[in-house]
Amino acid sequence: MSENATITLELFRYHPETDSEPRYQSYEVPYDEDWVVLDAINWIKDHVDGTVTHRWSCRMGVCGSCGMMVNGEPKLTCAAFLKDYYPRPVRVDPLVNFPVERDLVVSMDGFMDKLEAVKPYIIRDDVNDTSQGEYRQTPAELARYKQFSMCINCMLCYAACPVVGHEEEFLGPAALALGHRYNKDSRDQGQSERLEVMLSSEAMWGCTFVGECTVVCPKHVDPAGAIQQAKAVGAQEFFKRFVMPKGAGS
Amino acid sequence: MTTHQHDVIIIGGGGAGLRAAIAIAEENPSFSVACVSKVYPMRSHTVTAEGGAAAVIKPNDSLEDHIYDTISGADWLADQDAVEYFVNRAPSEMIQLEHWGCPWSRTPDGSVAVRPFGGMKIERTWFAADKTGFHMLHSLFQTTLKYGNIVRYDEHFATRLLMDDAGRCRGCAAIELRTGTVRAILGKSVIICTGGAGKAFPFTTNGAIKTGDGMAMAYHAGVALKDMEFIQYHPTGLPGTGILITEASRGEGGILVNKDGYRYLQDYDLGEALDVSDPRHPQKRAMELGPRDKLSQCFIKEKNAGRTIRTKDGDAVHLDLRHLGAEKIDRKIPFVRELARSYAGIDPVHQPIPVRPVVHYVMGGIDVDSDSATNISGLYAAGECACVSINGANRLGSNSLTELLVFGGQAGTHAARFAMDQPDYDVSGLEAQSADESERIRRTYFSARTRSGSERIAVLRNELHDAMEDGAGIYRDADSLEAACNKIAELRERYRRVTLDDQSNCFNTELTAALELSSLLDVAEAMAHSARERTESRGSHQRLDHPDRNDDDFLAHSLAFRQPDGSAPRIEYSPVTITKWPPGERTYGAGSGLKRPAGEAGAAGGPGSSGAAGEPS
Repeated sequence: MSENATITLELFRYHPETDSEPRYQSYEVPYDEDWVVLDAINWIKDHVDGTVTHRWSCRMGVCGSCGMMVNGEPKLTCAAFLKDYYPRPVRVDPLVNFPVERDLVVSMDGFMDKLEAVKPYIIRDDVNDTSQGEYRQTPAELARYKQFSMCINCMLCYAACPVVGHEEEFLGPAALALGHRYNKDSRDQGQSERLEVMLSSEAMWGCTFVGECTVVCPKHVDPAGAIQQAKAVGAQEFFKRFVMPKGAGS
Repeated sequence: MTTHQHDVIIIGGGGAGLRAAIAIAEENPSFSVACVSKVYPMRSHTVTAEGGAAAVIKPNDSLEDHIYDTISGADWLADQDAVEYFVNRAPSEMIQLEHWGCPWSRTPDGSVAVRPFGGMKIERTWFAADKTGFHMLHSLFQTTLKYGNIVRYDEHFATRLLMDDAGRCRGCAAIELRTGTVRAILGKSVIICTGGAGKAFPFTTNGAIKTGDGMAMAYHAGVALKDMEFIQYHPTGLPGTGILITEASRGEGGILVNKDGYRYLQDYDLGEALDVSDPRHPQKRAMELGPRDKLSQCFIKEKNAGRTIRTKDGDAVHLDLRHLGAEKIDRKIPFVRELARSYAGIDPVHQPIPVRPVVHYVMGGIDVDSDSATNISGLYAAGECACVSINGANRLGSNSLTELLVFGGQAGTHAARFAMDQPDYDVSGLEAQSADESERIRRTYFSARTRSGSERIAVLRNELHDAMEDGAGIYRDADSLEAACNKIAELRERYRRVTLDDQSNCFNTELTAALELSSLLDVAEAMAHSARERTESRGSHQRLDHPDRNDDDFLAHSLAFRQPDGSAPRIEYSPVTITKWPPGERTYGAGSGLKRPAGEAGAAGGPGSSGAAGEPS
């Protein structure tokens, strides 16, 4: 690799005020093996083209802002290293399965509504006063839901999910895993009202256990596992209360 | 332009802002609370905090000890009434967050686990493995979804506070990023919770969004920025990226060594280097568990002595965790392993991690009293953007996450009470100010001049970074600070010729970058001028030309007031509140920080003592 090595980034560009359709724009970026794709996009914005539009903040894989499609795969661009692509060009698209706001920024409206829908908070009949101290929760009880509490809301799983793409109502992997996280929390008593949402219509039964969500999850949350567990609980608890939608349990 | 009316407006959706929102929503179900943030709340920088949050919960601990650790850690610049309030409130706030679902790590009996942290005499840091901030932020955010009276304005960039005729704060003007529309978001009181400003420096753990916007907004409105010369360098960041390697790695027993494999901290009055197999290791308030300011200063001394390790990203020392073993690393600090592997190509189970000091936290901020109120009626602030002050000249690790809860909640309560007693305000006057702000933004950033301007945002920002690192880093002196002040003035002038490639309305992140740079210039100005005026060394503010602490002249908070004509800020001082703990010498190492009744003679290293008894033996 020479001192002046470069790598090509092909960025998806779309501006709703001026563009009738999207296009790709190529940029030559200095190649640094320590750089991630996000560094290269920032370099373009700072030095070449200030109109390139994307979201980012922490650059350490925990704020969840910078998810994009990198050569067709959903990735956190702060964790996708140029050295894994060099010398081939890197094509960056906005996350699929979401409406594009501009360039690499997608609308999060639907996603936020889905998170809210699963009631992701502790529901209890008897709320202790803080003077009574913490609720006891053993390490084993913590371990039952801990993995499902690790979601950073990066939405990569929605970009990977084949159901999200054609079932707008489908709550999707992250939201269902989050609902399941609270259902499995020993401090929570809200499982039945949460399951009503999670099991309603196509909400959860739409998942065909393709498992792509778990494959792309950068935080090893295993939403596919969460959905399968939730389905099992739901089937037990609600078989008698609900008329199961078509395809249930298939 | 559009107008939106609520009861209380919160600017910022991180830990402090969300805690404030819940406090208001719970206590005032009929109130409408607006939460205005330039990002979605779960992107807020609270998310990156790793090690933990301090609160006295265990029988071997005491409130008195937490107070003393905080005050001595602050080099006696903290207001002691505020520290007492903070420490007393901390346990119930932490339990409250536990009740809201935060997945705290536990002991076998199911109670919350605690770990040791730097500068703390007793282990009192609650943790959720090493993603404590992430879990706290998500627990808070998810809990806000319970309340129908919390209205979020996600991705709205607030640029100006709106004032009524009587000078009371009644809301903000904010740009909706999706459309570029300026909205007047009005209420009877306002809380700023916008976080710190580490992005004034080139090498920082802080995310891109930490640009001091709320500090700058308050500064423009006439509130002083307090103690801005106190900037915390965290001793262990990854060279190159500045990614934080949590202090919890040392709380769990990790050690710092120089190029010779020697635990150099023992040479700097930080105690004895106990063998890692010694059951007393890691010793609290000693060695690797000394306070952050001192550890970062030791790094510079080792570097100057030629004992640091050269890496392609500059000098470093080694953080060695190998003796902890894979099982403990994976259980207690798994994120450290993940980060070191991904971003440094190092597996800490098998190799030491190269680390160096990195800008982490601003102790100073918007001047508020112990009720979180500013000098502007109806305006409050909490979290890193505010300076109460409990952190003084050096914040102890794991106090800031707790601070978000205690003072976020308190600011919410006070702002709501204030709003309850307020008459209706004149909407049209506030709308007129918002329209003015919209026009100012158009004129400043969308004109023939900005299209053809000569100054690029990134160039100005990089020059600011260099000026701050060179002039206002871990060690400063009159010349370096003078140069920083002059450079900032020059950059301000050049900012008037800033150019924007992007002249459109939809999601214009070049506009937000320009606004953020403007905030950083304001905040950096307050930092550099406050540092120049403080001719002593205290905590994180180390003057090579004034190496000693000077309580006679500087046991005082600095207050930087912006001058409307753009000239250098006026610096004033206000007294530090001392209640029971008269200034003493800060001692770390064996016997330091012992609990004692205020004023009792003969205790090692205590208030008013010579500190000699607290020296390492």
